Amino acid sequence: MTYVLKPKLHHPTLAKNKVGFTRRDYEGKVSTLCAGCGHDSISAALIQAFWELDVQPHRVAKLSGIGCSSKTPDYFLGNSHGFNTVHGRMPSVVTGANLANRDLIYLGVSGDGDSASIGLGQFAHVMRRGVNMTYILENNGVYGLTKGQFSATADMGSTSKRGIKNDDVAIDTVSLALLMGATFVAKSFSGDKAQLVPLIKAAIAHEGAAFIDVISPCVAFNNHSGSTKSYDYVREHNEVVNFMDFITGRPPIKVDYKDGEVVDVPQHDGTTIRLRKTHPEYDPSNKISALTHIAEAAAKGEVLTGLLYLAAESQDLHGHLNTVETPFNKLSEKELCPGAGMLEKINAGLR
Amino acid sequence: MTMKRIEAVNDFVVKFANVNGSGSASANELFAKSFLRMGIPVSPRNIFPSNIQGLPTWYEVRVTEQGWLGRRGGVDLMVAMNPQTWNQDLKEIEPGGYIFYDNTKPLPASKFRDDVNVIGVPLTEICNENFTDARERQLFKNIVYVGALASLMDIDPGVIAELIGEQYKGKEKLLKPNLNAFQMGWNYASEKLKGMMGLKAKRAYAVGERIFIEGNAAAALGCVYGGATVCAWYPITPSSSLAEAFQKYCSKLRVDKDTGKNRFAIIQAEDELASIGIVIGAGWNGARAFTATSGPGISLMSEFIGLAYFAEIPAVVIDVQRGGPSTGMPTRTQQSDVMKCAYLSHGDTKHVLLFPEDPYECFEFAAKALDLAERLQTPVFLMTDLDIGMNQRLCKPLQWDDARTYDRGKVMTAEMLDAGEEFGRYLDVDGDGIPFRTYPGSHPTKGAYFTRGTSKNSYAVYSEAGPDYLYNMQRLLKKHDFAKTLVPMPLLTASQEPARFGCIYYGSTSPSMQEALAALAEKGIFVNALRVRAFPFQDEIYDFVQSHSKVFVVEQNRDAQLKILLVNEAGINPASLISILHYDGTPITARFIAREISQIVAALNVRPIKKDKAA
Repeated sequence: MTYVLKPKLHHPTLAKNKVGFTRRDYEGKVSTLCAGCGHDSISAALIQAFWELDVQPHRVAKLSGIGCSSKTPDYFLGNSHGFNTVHGRMPSVVTGANLANRDLIYLGVSGDGDSASIGLGQFAHVMRRGVNMTYILENNGVYGLTKGQFSATADMGSTSKRGIKNDDVAIDTVSLALLMGATFVAKSFSGDKAQLVPLIKAAIAHEGAAFIDVISPCVAFNNHSGSTKSYDYVREHNEVVNFMDFITGRPPIKVDYKDGEVVDVPQHDGTTIRLRKTHPEYDPSNKISALTHIAEAAAKGEVLTGLLYLAAESQDLHGHLNTVETPFNKLSEKELCPGAGMLEKINAGLR
Repeated sequence: MTMKRIEAVNDFVVKFANVNGSGSASANELFAKSFLRMGIPVSPRNIFPSNIQGLPTWYEVRVTEQGWLGRRGGVDLMVAMNPQTWNQDLKEIEPGGYIFYDNTKPLPASKFRDDVNVIGVPLTEICNENFTDARERQLFKNIVYVGALASLMDIDPGVIAELIGEQYKGKEKLLKPNLNAFQMGWNYASEKLKGMMGLKAKRAYAVGERIFIEGNAAAALGCVYGGATVCAWYPITPSSSLAEAFQKYCSKLRVDKDTGKNRFAIIQAEDELASIGIVIGAGWNGARAFTATSGPGISLMSEFIGLAYFAEIPAVVIDVQRGGPSTGMPTRTQQSDVMKCAYLSHGDTKHVLLFPEDPYECFEFAAKALDLAERLQTPVFLMTDLDIGMNQRLCKPLQWDDARTYDRGKVMTAEMLDAGEEFGRYLDVDGDGIPFRTYPGSHPTKGAYFTRGTSKNSYAVYSEAGPDYLYNMQRLLKKHDFAKTLVPMPLLTASQEPARFGCIYYGSTSPSMQEALAALAEKGIFVNALRVRAFPFQDEIYDFVQSHSKVFVVEQNRDAQLKILLVNEAGINPASLISILHYDGTPITARFIAREISQIVAALNVRPIKKDKAA
């Protein structure tokens, strides 16, 4: 971590977005994570994505569980409300928060220790309920804050810094999210900002449960030769299925894409996801083939990254529950209390 | 025959022994309600197993013109419809009481008692003659016995016809066979069993305006009136019917007429951990939310409750208590979560508890709990139990004042922030220990803060500094102390004569306690009684104990949980308290309380005041 405080004054020439904020306005406190931590790169990608999306920072609620990754919401969007909940149970708190005010943007940040162990149940259920949120799993295969124990996403046969071999099967969170009904599923790498930023933007625009598993190497405990989640390993084994543009009505954001087939996927909020395929056979609208590709890549020891699945139709929890447009936290006695006259009638029916 | 026969008018106990899933519940309820319509109070209780079909289930109706709504104990008439429990049911009948049974196949004399009157009706035979469908033959047996009992006990048949009419309004196909089945029973008893029954109903005027409702339904309605928009729950006996009632009432009362959209959200969560997480998320974001659960669910919610306490987030938890520990007695009643809820979660925690005595207070306190949770920014527990929650109980009509507004507590708005008001999320600005909060999304540049279960300073900045930690922990104590001024006050039932003894009780013990006080006074034992309705305890409770030489504390748990709490939190000398504990899973009775108190008073060598002297 760094001990240099960020200056509060911004340079007057800093570019402003459509809603009048500079990129700096999307920053938070100085990170207390280790220098070089993948999580800080993800925070930077989030800052970039929200700035580019012209989202007013205070309209975002950022929630997390417990662990290194769950500390990060303090390090971006300093003018947003944040909530560090309990271990593995950010999803239920987001669900409640989202029910209370459907007008905010909900960002859930979690880690593999948080989501794949105690939180596995809540992770599955928040996906199947279709809570309108972006769920970022900062996946390093290791417990950082408690100093290097394996997490449930650590690959079988990988070794810890202390040389201990992991004998348990790894939980594949993207396949699980697909099976649980997530309508937007992606995998990325904290070191690949060009891929990650458009994915985050598309996830935020998506109506429903959007899940991004981001491999995020732990420089302190899981960046050694026995690890399958180190910077070197991921760079060598990364298999990109597609590159993506996210179009908001402004000129498309440039990414370093290759030539290939282009697919435009319109989103509910009027935005467009433009996919440029590197795998000619990869179709992100087909859940079954997505599962197959993920499994095939895993068998080859590869990590498939990109937008893995995007449902053609999605509806969020409020849609399922047919709730009113007005946020619940703005409803008053007038809308909520049936009144004394009605109670008299109810009493009369109970005699 | 010189067999003694119990003769009673409007004061007896009828118990129905049935098989779970045989369709007896609605017939038994019909029987109970017919007394109410004749102006005679009743207090029915379901005694049921943790089972859907096949195991024994009982329904006990206390008919009580005097209005004693607690369980009396003992049975005057057993309607013995379950061969599995025959022997046990027979044993329970008071000498001179009655057993009513299906005598299609007559039983040998050895199956009866010399001191119990036998009334047989060939229910199976009657049903087989009149119905062809096997299911109908079974179901209508229940209505036939209601018909026979009505005739035997002088229940007004017009009242029963009216009740059946209301039940099957719009379902004419069901109405007629039910009325017919009732008539079959009535006719048989009128012709063949005249004069065999000494228990009689006689029109009275003792019910008044009162309503008949389950505590769970009343609490759910309290949540509707109190403005809860989010309900997250996980099914668990005996609380499930509360969330289901909330669903039912919301579908009627909370749908926007113009758009057909709902002003409520109900989530049946994956477990109790998620239920309370959802409630806390909603509370954090400014919506009123609650969960309903029972003991095992409370244990699971422990960690999250600590977060809500320390991060100061409103939440309402309705604990419909059942027999513990562990899975315990899922379908029996107890008051055994008191200590657990008072101090739920690790570290130093203290919560606000409310103890309703009946459905009326379930309604009132549920709405109140939603106000308290937001005013105090903390979890509030509504401590009801199976006896109140799952039984229909006669109570005052529910009341709402249209001038009443919701107390949303200290919320700093964008306007206040723009006006330059200082915002410290955990800053005590006016001495009550309660800080201001902001709703997420309120203001572009001011008032945002980070909520966490870790320690922080008064401006919500992470801090492990001793003084910052102490500031918040002491402020939380101050806040808990301030809650005394907001929670319902204890209620005193003063004895007619000066009393050395006091008695403290709470919750579902209330009707039996009132009856016991009357019974004790009859015997010349005078006791002042104080009904505690909330924790933290007000000074009045301490003063009450101080002004008596001994105070009984009547509870429905093994470990004297309220007594421990009184000693711990109200500074009361344990030597001045005597516990009276009932915890076998059945509701406490007046007979039990009166016997216990009489015995202790006798052992303490106190001479009862002579009745003639006292008058």
